[in-house]
Amino acid sequence: MNRLERLEESLMPKQTVPFFEVGDTVRVKQRVVEERVDGKKAEEPKERIQVFEGVVIARKGKRSNERFTVRKISYGVGVERIFPLHSPHIAGIEVVRKGKVRRAKLYYLRTKKGKAAKVAEREYTRFAKNNNKGKSSVTQSVASEQAGVAELQPSEASESV
Amino acid sequence: MVTGLLGKKLGMTQIFDSNNQAVAVTVLEVGPCGIVQVKTKDKDGYEAVQIGFQEVPERKLNKPKKGHLQSKQARLWRYLREVSGSPDNQVGALVDVGLFAKGDRVAVQGVSKGKGFQGVMKRHHYGGGPASHGSMFHRAPGSIGSSSFPSRVWKNKGLPGQMGGKRVTVRGLRVVDVREEENLLLVSGAVPGRVGGVVLVKKMEKV
Repeated sequence: MNRLERLEESLMPKQTVPFFEVGDTVRVKQRVVEERVDGKKAEEPKERIQVFEGVVIARKGKRSNERFTVRKISYGVGVERIFPLHSPHIAGIEVVRKGKVRRAKLYYLRTKKGKAAKVAEREYTRFAKNNNKGKSSVTQSVASEQAGVAELQPSEASESV
Repeated sequence: MVTGLLGKKLGMTQIFDSNNQAVAVTVLEVGPCGIVQVKTKDKDGYEAVQIGFQEVPERKLNKPKKGHLQSKQARLWRYLREVSGSPDNQVGALVDVGLFAKGDRVAVQGVSKGKGFQGVMKRHHYGGGPASHGSMFHRAPGSIGSSSFPSRVWKNKGLPGQMGGKRVTVRGLRVVDVREEENLLLVSGAVPGRVGGVVLVKKMEKV
């Protein structure tokens, strides 16, 4: 890790962000400061929470610079918002539904309509990326494949002879 | 008191300020810089301070530089630069990022990234010609002056040539954060040069 990365690490807020992935449907709670109608500065700025609910179609960036794109259909019009994951404006992120997807970026949803633009729900739970469980299973399967190849070769050789 | 310090560009990132707005910042590793030589009015005709940055082992220096540093009984520094400063500085003293404070305005000087030999469109933002419809005039500079008067090309006429790789100063950058224990300085906006390049950060008077 270089010094810039270490600095970015130190910029991350203490409280953790809930685990969610591309394809999940989330409710992003955003702090919004209301302006006064007459344009003058309010003595006590009114703050409220605005919710944006939609499908996460991309996660980009690392550490304190990470951001995610949420897409929803609002009155028949597709709306996308990009949020910095660690922005102080974000009061919370709630995972409504887990999605079953095979892409890291779901940009293809932009050209789809109706049912085709839906992400199927995922029922099993996936572990966070740092969990070793996924990794070890991958290496195991690779090892077994190699073993299979090794077993095949002698038999093939004997046939050709 | 010195007015500037040498540093190294570490790269850019973003940070959320007190208004919760994201600010693009350049991260600089600044100092600690040692004072190598103090120039006085009596001896040198003007007042200035020579500072050094990045300590190196003795074998890394050539004889002239080593001789200069050892004659001043200063530590061995890789980079030397002169900045303005009062004559009350002590040779051998160290100055760190604490020289700068949050909210200060600074000027940052560095060697810009080299772009090679470039045409006028990239180098001087000329408009160029239409790409198609058989115009036969694309990226050339066009006319570079009038005829009988002045019968020559005006000085400073923008023409193709080497772009970048020269010393550039960016003035008025805001100090967003100072991290003394890590020798880090975060300034708003971009700074000339590549990541790892040496920069001179100078204090600016409050505008």
